[in-house]
Amino acid sequence: MTLPKALSDFLSPDGHSSRVVPPSGHTAWLTSFTAGAMTFLAVFALALSLASGRLADRWSDALARTATIRLAAPEGQVDQQTAAVLALLATTPGIASSRALTDAEQRKLLEPWFGPDLPIDALPIPRLIEVVEDGTGYDGEGLRQRLAAEAPGAVLDDHTRWRRPLAEAAGRLRLLGLVSIVLILATMGAMITLAANAALAANAQVIKVLRLVGAKDSYIARAFVRRFTLRALTGAAAGALAGLIGVALLPSADAAGGFLTGLGFQGTGWLWPFVLPPLAAAVAFAATRHAAHTKLKELT
Amino acid sequence: MIAFENVAYNYGGGELLSDVSLRLAPGSFHFLTGPSGAGKTTFLKLGYAELLPTAGRVTIFDRDVRSLSRDDVARTRRRIGVVHQDCQFLDHLPLAANVQLPLTVSGKAGSARDLTDLLSWVGLEKLADALPPSLSGGERQRAALARAVIMGPDVILADEPTGNVDWDMSLRLLTLLVELNRMGKTIVVATHDLNLIRQAKSQVAARVLRISKRRIQLAGADL
Repeated sequence: MTLPKALSDFLSPDGHSSRVVPPSGHTAWLTSFTAGAMTFLAVFALALSLASGRLADRWSDALARTATIRLAAPEGQVDQQTAAVLALLATTPGIASSRALTDAEQRKLLEPWFGPDLPIDALPIPRLIEVVEDGTGYDGEGLRQRLAAEAPGAVLDDHTRWRRPLAEAAGRLRLLGLVSIVLILATMGAMITLAANAALAANAQVIKVLRLVGAKDSYIARAFVRRFTLRALTGAAAGALAGLIGVALLPSADAAGGFLTGLGFQGTGWLWPFVLPPLAAAVAFAATRHAAHTKLKELT
Repeated sequence: MIAFENVAYNYGGGELLSDVSLRLAPGSFHFLTGPSGAGKTTFLKLGYAELLPTAGRVTIFDRDVRSLSRDDVARTRRRIGVVHQDCQFLDHLPLAANVQLPLTVSGKAGSARDLTDLLSWVGLEKLADALPPSLSGGERQRAALARAVIMGPDVILADEPTGNVDWDMSLRLLTLLVELNRMGKTIVVATHDLNLIRQAKSQVAARVLRISKRRIQLAGADL
């Protein structure tokens, strides 16, 4: 039987195919619990994945829009080269603004490492120039060549070295979240397969009677598939709801900031968990159908 | 209807049936007798494709059972009513649902009136809502017979249908089987109850087959 035909049979208004299998409270509860627990975990994995995605985008965007020029010139040439660099930047396409950091600002940047009494004038600290892009972007290689010609002590740092590992880390975290969801669904499929096999084995006598009166394997399988799919759907819906409540109760990102407090859903992201119960039902449908047809061949 | 050609069956511990050849003609009535363990149930199971012969050929409605797919077997069984000694019901469903089961699994809708008539025919109309475990042996046998005939099968195979009931109930079941035969159904009844066979022969032209030494032979005049 093809999958579309199996789905069509499943959705047909034949309630009796489910009733021919005796109710089994134990496996029913286990299936619903498994689907619920797995979906609950999947909601958190989804939240992690979406939050990581946002973080990766935020880090990439924030760092990609700015660059820094470090200017290390011989004493007496610092101001001259600084002016040259600023003039060069003012005529460079793709740069919205640029300015040299003041001594106070540079002291503040170094305070965490050297303390507040740093004699900045006495140290050969390079002048830092902040560059802000205008959105269209600038030609980094061309800018480096022009800086080398007009201000030999200037080095352009477009934050690529910092941005790449951060973006990669966040991207992998997002991937990890998605892989977790796949693993969770696969585990749920395996557990439902085991439960379905147990139910089929426990109902061997029922299957024997059904075959005796002329039931096809597809009819018998449908009875089990329908039952397990509906149990998984119900359990997963409860699990998704519990997961959503759990995520909603996490501290908001605005309250404290930081990555952990940013875990959760934003905007249309809140709709994603609603995809999980139908997905869980689809997994249960496929797992039970495969288990039923395999087991029914064994029970010949 | 059903034909056996040099059929043998081996459960693994030696042959139970050997070189069995028999053709069940439409509308015939056969008793199958023999000692316990002689192979009566195996013979019937071969007749509704529950078992496949280890040698020879069984054809059901002109089709070799070995050529039947799983769905074909299901469709074939809808044309054969089977009554087991232990009846085999779905204990969680009421009697009426059990009797209707062949219709249900084949996607056919039987009318409530027909069901009531059928239950009345076997004297169980007042027990339609009872669960099988609450029924007596005779009631279960009659319910099994009702289930076997609800699809209007061409053949009815009954395995010791009177094994668990008293003499009066045996006669009542026999009468039902004879009535079905008069309607044109082919009947095979496996039984070791020779008195029942003698009683039946006064009502219907039945052939009596005996399984002896792994083979089937026509029983003698003693029956």
